[in-house]
This record gives sequence, structure tokens and C-alpha cells, in this order.
Amino acid sequence: MTLHILAVDDSRTMRDMIKLALLPSGFTVHTADDGIHGIEVLDGIEPDAIITDINMPRMDGFGFIDAVREQDKHRATPILVLTTEAAPELKSRARAAGATGWIVKPFDPVKLVKALQMVAG
Amino acid sequence: MTEKVGSTSIELLTFRLAEQEYALDIMSVREIRGWTHATSLPHAPPYMKGVINLRGTVLPVMDLASRLGMADRKQNERSVIIVVNFEDTMTGLLVDAVSDIVAVTDDDLQPPPELAANTIDGVVSALTLIDERMIRVLNLPITVNSFENAAA
Amino acid sequence: MSTDNDPMAEIRASFFIECEELLEALQDGLQSMDDDGSDDPETINVVFRAVHSIKGGAGAFGLEGLVRFAHRYETVLDEVRAGRLNVGADALKVFFQAADHLSDLVRFSRDGEDLPDAETASLLTELDGFLGDAPAEEEEEAIEFQPMGLSLDFDLGESDGGNEDTDLPDLGSLPPPPDFANPPPVSDTFYKIVFTPHGDLFDTGNEPALLLRNLMDLGDISVVCDASSLPELGKITPEIPHLSWTVTLHSTADESEIRSVFEFVEGLCQLDISRNDSAPVPLVDLGSPEVPPKAVPASEISMPEPESAPEAEQFQAAPAPAALKSGNPAKKTEPPKPVEKALKTQSSPQAKSVVRVDLDRIERLVNLVGELVINQAMLSQSLEMSGLSPHSDAMSGLEEFQRLTRDIQDSVMMIRAQPVKSLFQRMSRIVRESSAAVGKDVRLHTFGEGTEVDKTVIERLADPLTHMIRNAVDHGLEGPEERQAAGKPLQGRVNLTAAHRSGRVVIEVSDDGAGINRARVLQIAIDKELVPADVSLSDTEIDNLLFLPGFSTASVVSDLSGRGVGMDVVRTAIQALGGRITITSNPGEGTTFSISLPLTLAVLDGMVIKVAGETLVLPLNLVVETLTLGPDDVQTVRPGRNVIEVRSGFVPLFDLGAALGYRPLLDDFDAYVVLLIAQEDGSNAALVIDNIIDQRQVVIKGLDESFYRAPGIAAATILGDGQIALILDPTDIISTSNVAPSQAQPAQQVGFSA
Repeated sequence: MTLHILAVDDSRTMRDMIKLALLPSGFTVHTADDGIHGIEVLDGIEPDAIITDINMPRMDGFGFIDAVREQDKHRATPILVLTTEAAPELKSRARAAGATGWIVKPFDPVKLVKALQMVAG
Repeated sequence: MTEKVGSTSIELLTFRLAEQEYALDIMSVREIRGWTHATSLPHAPPYMKGVINLRGTVLPVMDLASRLGMADRKQNERSVIIVVNFEDTMTGLLVDAVSDIVAVTDDDLQPPPELAANTIDGVVSALTLIDERMIRVLNLPITVNSFENAAA
Repeated sequence: MSTDNDPMAEIRASFFIECEELLEALQDGLQSMDDDGSDDPETINVVFRAVHSIKGGAGAFGLEGLVRFAHRYETVLDEVRAGRLNVGADALKVFFQAADHLSDLVRFSRDGEDLPDAETASLLTELDGFLGDAPAEEEEEAIEFQPMGLSLDFDLGESDGGNEDTDLPDLGSLPPPPDFANPPPVSDTFYKIVFTPHGDLFDTGNEPALLLRNLMDLGDISVVCDASSLPELGKITPEIPHLSWTVTLHSTADESEIRSVFEFVEGLCQLDISRNDSAPVPLVDLGSPEVPPKAVPASEISMPEPESAPEAEQFQAAPAPAALKSGNPAKKTEPPKPVEKALKTQSSPQAKSVVRVDLDRIERLVNLVGELVINQAMLSQSLEMSGLSPHSDAMSGLEEFQRLTRDIQDSVMMIRAQPVKSLFQRMSRIVRESSAAVGKDVRLHTFGEGTEVDKTVIERLADPLTHMIRNAVDHGLEGPEERQAAGKPLQGRVNLTAAHRSGRVVIEVSDDGAGINRARVLQIAIDKELVPADVSLSDTEIDNLLFLPGFSTASVVSDLSGRGVGMDVVRTAIQALGGRITITSNPGEGTTFSISLPLTLAVLDGMVIKVAGETLVLPLNLVVETLTLGPDDVQTVRPGRNVIEVRSGFVPLFDLGAALGYRPLLDDFDAYVVLLIAQEDGSNAALVIDNIIDQRQVVIKGLDESFYRAPGIAAATILGDGQIALILDPTDIISTSNVAPSQAQPAQQVGFSA
């Protein structure tokens, strides 16, 4: 079984890195450039987990998580926040918005895979 | 093979200019083509014949005889243009006729005597004898670089 | 460095391209903050994000110096974003410098060069100055340069720790999950873990069953579920967890590793972990004193947990019977695929609307289209000569072919067109640096950044423009005292403008300085024996002396002019692009350098003319009007200098055939054709030619710089008959022959003979 992941990040480099980390482990990766794009992409797929950046144009990560959690079918979809900031207040804000966990950039591909398997089963 | 030990062999393209024989290192020759009308460049030095269309690129052509200080002559049907390449720049050299390709070794080449004819500004780099005929080997960089000197 | 098949190298290359975009956005944001004092949160966000994203990517590639600087810069910007720091002029100045420096660091990092540490340190000190009390040292402590990986850091239970190497290609050699064949080492420990989720744990998408399963990866576990607080079935709220679990874990992991499993749910649950080294809990013993008496096996209460309905299967699969001995969990992790195959998947192009193309390929395409245009012209010519009726199929087909050829050509040229914005942004940096070097307060105003120009032109403009900007700052603008004395604002102004004007691009650099000191310029030229001492020159001619080789007005060699090149080099560079440069200067008001360039280096709308038997091409856009001369139209001002009357004014007449040396000056102009040529300064000049042959688009073939460069000749083209025709630069011809022999030599020729 292959896990479907939606990765939302405004940096092309980051999106590429995530793909590079996940594709070899058999994940199917969908990408979006920002929160609003993420919601659009989400409309057509049913990801097993979502990875999102925080600082993005148009709609940031917090807004995106809010919007995802508002959708009934995604109330329990695991969401990992991808961020360079490991600040505690950021974690609590992400969690308050409904994030499942967080990954600190730059990430180690092996551990990203592990984290996804951990939250998405 | 009869190649002499310790000396490198080079091939020369020999050609005629006003009854004299000259030669160029074949490695710098790209092609040989017949004479066609050249579009003349205004205010150009006399040896600058103009430019011709070489398969879509603009090729400057110089009259080698004029470049070597010989009298100006009319081109005839048998005149040919030797296209040479120096530092990625192509130049056409107008000569009377191409004669032969000959292989010589370093030992066959002699430095030109100080006061020999047609050695103006070092254009002739060496002399060699082939079948009793004296061949003047041209220094290509000096020959084609004269454009720059003339323009500046 | 960019091996074709190395995805990391590809991403790295793509990262640096992204950096360029981010740096541009950063510059833009700072500029708009500077222009209108904008404190628009989105602008600040854009600026912050740009630095943030560069840092993020840099971290991924281990570019420590870049990360370090970007991090501190970002920290300061974050203060701005949070409204804790007001951006004044001082701060903006430092932000600009930091942006410039960041751009340097990106470039150095990309090229693998040594980073300018001293500069970094001094800028960091300035940046830290904005952080107020927050000690910067501590901040630095918090940065981690190594790829940090997940915050949850758990060992896979392997004693050899062989998975520490995080390089991607090692994915295939991930250690297998622990199993019986791999017995725990002697230093293992028994832990008792009591895990009680809080009500809001499900809100975050966390799942107790998965957490417990992850514990299995640490060692052998046994799980006991406490359903004592489970309400009656009818009262169950599916989104609130009602269970708690007691786990006995036999593992080599230390407590922090166990806690890391629960990191995401920290604060969302009650978690008690205790060690039990001496008295291991028997794995099957449910009667442990701590276990609540009402404990029931997990499997039995998995059903009344409707919330986890979709996961019910997994839930059961994991902690199966009451005290599951789970040394070999039913992991459903797919075995990593062979790396090679995976990499292939990755390198398949991303479905995106932007394609990056090697410039060489475009170059080849442009050349081919050029050949196509020539070929089409040849075909047209031979079809026309064959005497076909204009209404024949062949001729109408040819018309269509011509239209298509032109469309293709336009489209190809558009591929190469780029806005001059990036170039202008580089110039704003030049202004900042050069004004700082000479201690002047200077502000650059840019206009027309969106003007699109051929990429090659943009690249080749960078150097001449840099020099012109430096010149404007260094020589054009006065020092503060002078400005004050002249009643001008202390801040000097340099304008950089781009615009499309009649089929060309005009780029202007102007300053509001003192204007050219003509007396001094002339004196310098005389002193340097560039012109005779008794020369009499017009203002324009004096201004043009600046373009003489070796001319420099700097009486004091400043920091800038020391490394500068002369304006003659600028002029040569512009001419090589098929452009012209002109000066206008007003004393006390400033100086404007105007560069006029072709839109593209490849094609030209030309007028094919005949002069003294030679076929030549003139840029069509310069031809204002064509006239045929009658016997009395030409009036002689003095020998060799004629004018014609056009409507209300007199226009100087130039004999093109003579100017090009094709023939002596005409003495009878009867029946010759005259072209009125637009001059850069708005006036007209008249060129005498034999006749006009055609108007058509021609492909520009550059005349190699390495051979003779004829004055007045801009380039060459190949006509339909395969012959080469020279493309004229009429302005050059006119200015060269403008000064009559009796007068001083024109500037260019002075240069040549010097």
C-alpha cells in the first residue's frame, strides 16, 4: 500500500526535497505552492497525511490547517508542520490550529519517512 | 614509416601567389572555396577584400598578395579562398591557386633569413625546400591579426 | 557540479535559481518599504519569507555560512513582522546591505567560494543592534546547522546504530525492524509507561493506536488498556478519548527516546514513565499492582471506540490480546524500493507551467529561425522572378509562409526577452555601495523596470551600466557642501529609466548634479593632447570628448574611478550591441546619458538601398521620409557642405557614397534619392543615395570584432540572392562626417590617430 502525501510549501526547493525524500520510499506525493493552492489540491485527493510549511504567501500554514480541519473528512488527517523554527510557541500555535506534529527543516529524509509512517500508520 | 626520430611531422597546404609558393599548417585550414564576389567594406585597408557569405556566416576575406605587400592584381576564375581558423575566428585568404599538401618535419623548416623578401612583420615564419622549390611557411596569427592592428 | 542524473545536484541548482527569485522579491519588498515608508504587513511578510526560504533551502544543503547569516537577518525581520521593531531609515539601510550581502553569500555558496566572514560579522553586529536587549549570543546557540531531522528522535532498536548515516542512497539499507533474531542487548531496561490521552488529542489528528505501535519499535512491549472511564455506549462522544493504557516496555532505549515518541502529544496527554530495572514486570502478568483492577484487554474495547472506526483494523492488529508480546510487530512499512528506480521516478519532470531551457538551445533556435527568414526571402525572390501571377496558389501560399515566418520569429524573440528589472536591481546596489564609498547621500529612482529586452542584451549591458552609474555617483553628483550651496536637496538623485521608443530600447542614466564642466573637460583634453590647443568645439562636441580613449575627468583618483574603465569602453560596449550612447548636460541641472539599443540582436526591419553600385541596408525605423531631388533643391553652404530645404527648415545633406569612400563627392544631385534620417537629438539629417530597392526584415549577422571594423557599419546581413549586404549605422556616418575637413577632427578619429 502506498501512502498519499500532500506537501504544501512555497519553496520549490523544499517541495523537491520532500519529493526526493518520499518517492524512493514508495509514497505518492502531491504538492501545492501555498495554503490556498493546498486547499485546491486537497479537493481532488485523499491524502493519508499532509505536510505543510508555515510561512507562505496568500494563506499561511496556520490558516491552511484551520481550513483543512474545517472539512469533515479531514478532521483526523494527520498534518505535520514543516518549519525551520523550533520555537515552543510555534509548536503550540500549530497544535492549537490542529497540527498533528512538526518537522524541523532541514529534515533528514529517513526521519521524515519515519514520521509520516508514525502519524499516518 | 620513414618518420625521423625526435622530430614532429606537420602537414602543410601549399599554394601559389604571384609565382611564389607559400604554405600554411593544414590544421588551421577549414576549407577551400572558389572566388565569389565580396562585399567591400568602406574605408577598409587595401588588402581587405570584403566579406562573403559562407553558409550563413559573414566571412572576412583578405587578399593575401596585397597583405604581403605585392602589387594589387585582379582576381581570376582560378583564384581560391582558403578559409582558416585562428582562435575561433574564421578568415578567408585569397590566393592564386592551391598546389599540394606536403608533410615536413621540424628539421625541414629553416628560419627565414633576416632580409629575405616578404618577411614583413614576421608573416613568414619559416622556409622549406620541396622538390627544389622554396616554400614560405606563413605565421597565421600574425597574418590574420593584422586586421586589428589596421583598425586601431 | 550538475551531474545530469544526480537529483540532489538538480535540486541544488534549482535552489540557487529560486534564490535569485527570492532575492529579487527581497529587493522589491525593501524598495517598496523605502519608497513609501510602507509598513504593509504583506510587504514585510514577503521580505521575511524570502530570507526565511533561503535559510530553509540553505540548511538542506548544509550551507552553514548562508544559514547563519540568513537566520540572524530573519530574526531581525521577524521583530519587524511582530511589530516590535519600527523600520526607520537606518534600519532600512542595514536591511539593504544585508540583502546585498545575502546575495553575495548565495553566490559564493553556489560557486563554492570562501565566504567573506569579516563582512558577515560586521553586518551581523549591525543587525544585532536592532534586537535590543535580546543577547545575540544565545540566539546563535539555538541554531542547528546539521540537518536536524525530526524532533522525534527515536532509535530503531538497533544496537549498531547503522542508520545514523542520513544520506539518501542509504535508504535501501535501512536496518530491518527489530525481531526475535536480534535479541536486546544486556543493557536493556524495563519501563512502565502510563499514557492517558486528554480530550483534545484527537483534534490534532493524533492516534493513540499509532503511538503505541511506535513504542513497539523501541523494544518488546506489553499493553494493558484501562477502560474504567469509558462511559455507557450511548453517552460516548467519539471525539474524546476515554481510555488509558499502561505499557511495559523492554528496551535499550533511554527515557528521552521514549518521550520523543510522545513528543507530538506532549501536553495533550498524561504521560508517566518509570524505570523498573530490578524487577521486570512479567510480560503476561496482568496483576501488576499498578494496573487498575478494571483493566480489560485492548482488543475487547476497541469496538466501542467509534472515532477510530477507520483505524479499527489497525487498532486491533497492533495490541492484540491483553498482554501482547509484540517483538515482531506487523509493520506495514513498505520495504524501501531500490534507490536507482526511485531516483528515476524523481527525475521525471514536474508538471509545471515553467520550463527551464538551456540558453544554447534557444540560441540554436534563434539561428535556425534566422536561416528560415533568409531562406524565405530567397524563395520569395525566385518565385517573384518566375513570373507567377500574384493570385496563383504558389504566391498566396508564399504570403502565408511569410506571415508564419514572421510570427515564428516574433515568438522566438519573445523567449529571449526579459524585463530589465534584475539589471536595475543590481544597479541599486551599485548606487548604495558607490555612494557609501564617496560619502554622498544618493538615491536611485528606477522607471520602466518591466521593459523587456533580449536576454543577451541585458547581460551585456551590466558592465557599461555599472560604470555609468558609478560615474554618475562619483563625478556627476556634487558633494554635500556644493549641493547645499546650490540650494539643492542634500540627497543626490540618480534616475535609471528604460522604455521602448520607436522599435528600440532606450535606457537613460541621469543625475541631478552640476552638469558637465565643459571648460574643465576641454582643458583636460587639451592637456592630454587629445585635441589641439586652439580647437574650437561646440558644447556637444566637448561633451563627446568624454568618450575619448584614456579620458578621465577625475582630478582626484577616488576609490571608484581607480577601478573604473573609461567612457570609451562603455561606448564601445554599447556599439557592439548595435546601440548608441549620447550625452546631454545642463550646467547646474545634471547630466543624462542615453543608450539606445535594438530590441534584439537578431533581426531588423531594413530598407535595402543602392549606393554607387553597392547594396546596403538601413534600419527602417530611422528613415523618416524619402524625397527625390530636383536640380534646385540642394543649396551649398560652403564647399562640401550642402543643405536641402524640407518644408520650413534646412537639413544638412550627406553624400552616402562619398562618406563610405565608394566614390568622390557628387556635384550634381539631380534625380538622386534622399532619405531623411531621424537623429537621436530629434533633428533630421538627409542622406543621398542612388535608389531604394526594397523594405524587408533582415537577419543581423554580427561582424566579428576581431577583424576590421568599418566606421558607419553596424553589422551585415545576407540578402535573398545570397550576397552579403552591410547594415549601416546612419548616425555614426553622420557624426563622423559632420565635422568638415577644415574643422577639428571628429572625436572618434582623434582617438584613432592618438
